[in-house]
Amino acid sequence: MSNVKLIDRLAKWLHLSDRAKDRLSSWLLILPYVFIFAGFIIIPILIAFSLSFTYYDAINPPEFAGMQNYVFMVTGDEQFVKNIIPNTLKYALIVGPGGFALSFFMAWMLSQIQATPRKYLSLLLYAPSMVGAILVTILWRSLFNGSESGYINAFLLDNDFIEAPIQFLQSPEYLLNIMIIVSLWSSMGIGFLAMLAGILNVNPELYEAGRIDGIKNRFQEIFYITIPSMKPQMLFGAVMAVVGAFNMGEIGVLLSGVNPTPQYSGSLIVNHVADYGFLRYEMGYASALSVVLFIVVYAFSRFGHLLFGSDD
Amino acid sequence: MSLQGTQINPKRFHRSQLKFYLILIPIAAVMMLPILYIFSQALKPLDELMLFPPRFLVQKPTLRNLEMLVRTATETGIPLTVYLFNSVVVASVAITLNLTMTMLAGYALSKKHFKGRDTIFKINQAALMFVPIAVAIPTFLVIVNANILDTYIAHILPLLAMPVGVFLIKQFIDQLPNEIIEAARIDGATDLHIIRKIVVPLTKPALATVAILTFQATWSNLITSQFYINTDVKKTFAFYMSTLTSTVEFSVAGQGLAAAAGLIMFIPNLVIFIVMQSNVMDTMSHSGVK
Repeated sequence: MSNVKLIDRLAKWLHLSDRAKDRLSSWLLILPYVFIFAGFIIIPILIAFSLSFTYYDAINPPEFAGMQNYVFMVTGDEQFVKNIIPNTLKYALIVGPGGFALSFFMAWMLSQIQATPRKYLSLLLYAPSMVGAILVTILWRSLFNGSESGYINAFLLDNDFIEAPIQFLQSPEYLLNIMIIVSLWSSMGIGFLAMLAGILNVNPELYEAGRIDGIKNRFQEIFYITIPSMKPQMLFGAVMAVVGAFNMGEIGVLLSGVNPTPQYSGSLIVNHVADYGFLRYEMGYASALSVVLFIVVYAFSRFGHLLFGSDD
Repeated sequence: MSLQGTQINPKRFHRSQLKFYLILIPIAAVMMLPILYIFSQALKPLDELMLFPPRFLVQKPTLRNLEMLVRTATETGIPLTVYLFNSVVVASVAITLNLTMTMLAGYALSKKHFKGRDTIFKINQAALMFVPIAVAIPTFLVIVNANILDTYIAHILPLLAMPVGVFLIKQFIDQLPNEIIEAARIDGATDLHIIRKIVVPLTKPALATVAILTFQATWSNLITSQFYINTDVKKTFAFYMSTLTSTVEFSVAGQGLAAAAGLIMFIPNLVIFIVMQSNVMDTMSHSGVK
């Protein structure tokens, strides 16, 4: 307890009142986290923001470039306008809301069955989100392998659906869709668990009251009672779905094995940042891209707030 | 009335539940297939890996792939155990530090009154939307300037900033009655005393959840080894695995190896989660954003 004595001694030395001592203690408690939080979240975001207005090759000191990076993004970076933005929007619009809706309906159905089977089924649904990007790569790469020994190809060939194996992970038509499937597969993460807990904790009396007030079917019940009673968990689930989607964004590169992905077909903003930042060392432009990424993620989360947030 | 609407968390089986099973079981089965595949692939002997058309399930399971995995690693100069050791050290230090930090911060944000408290919590809440990959470059600059490039610290510190952990613990502590804490304070207990004797024992489910989340984040983390560590012997098992999967793409034998390595990655996550499942659900019921 030496640090407790330390606070006491410090307080005595500074002639602090009890209230001031309390405040000092509060700050000491929160300081370690605030320190790390500032160092690895706030400062990197600020650096990204300020570097986005510079030209920086990671060797020479950054040179101020004004809005040049942002202008280049729209006018000069052909891939960004033609592929990156459409890919990111398609991916995010399907995986974000789709993963969220899937989580909710799975959670809701699970809430309608008994506790023991629910426990096992929810474990099965949660398991894919635990496997991590690398394992995901191994798995889906061998399932979608482009040779005839790939499982999907072997199945299609065997049943005469196709005549030659399809290069799933190298062909522009397939890659983004496979990424979406894989991301939806692993989308039942922590937000799903929160929603499941939220549904189970809705006060049962509300349903009784709803029935007396004339609620006729399950859909009305979901919309008038379940969702309003678990708005906080819905919001948490929505935010986590969006963040999860973007954290999975790397899989396109992992699946195809190259960055940029074949003809940029599976490249999202996340991959474009890594491409410019770590392969071309154009840190200024990469930072501008990450600022745009933040705006996209923020916009999606705001949308969740609009739907489920409390009124403040 | 035929309405089954109040059947949330039913105690007994009723025919009306059948339709949910009918939808849930096939979906759960499909979700499980890839994981089953990893198990099956990891245990396949070489001749079954070469089989065409490939068979999904293993016929004669063998541990040969795991053995091979250990041997291949030795031939590259750095034994597999070094990478595993690094991963275990990084994960355990990260869990210890993260639990301490988030506990202190969660308690202060929930039960203490000081200027700036609400602001800090609001910023933390906004940071739930933070996507770490997006700032890998600026984080690299922070690490260079903090002089921790190529050290174990560079593995750990970036992963300690976990807003969702603080968020979950704070929400959980909110449910503890203020009276217990006030009573202890009147008896002269300091904050650290209150945390250790009262709050920690009552917050166990949330702490367990944060421990799981930290483990999942550190155990499968690639970014730190890729970008912030230069020396091979300091890299983690997850990184070693990713190099394995990228080099053996076309060799059939390699697929068995990769699957075996994948199992070593996945099983600890699965086991820890199963053991702690009830704690996680308990934490999640307080996880609402207000």
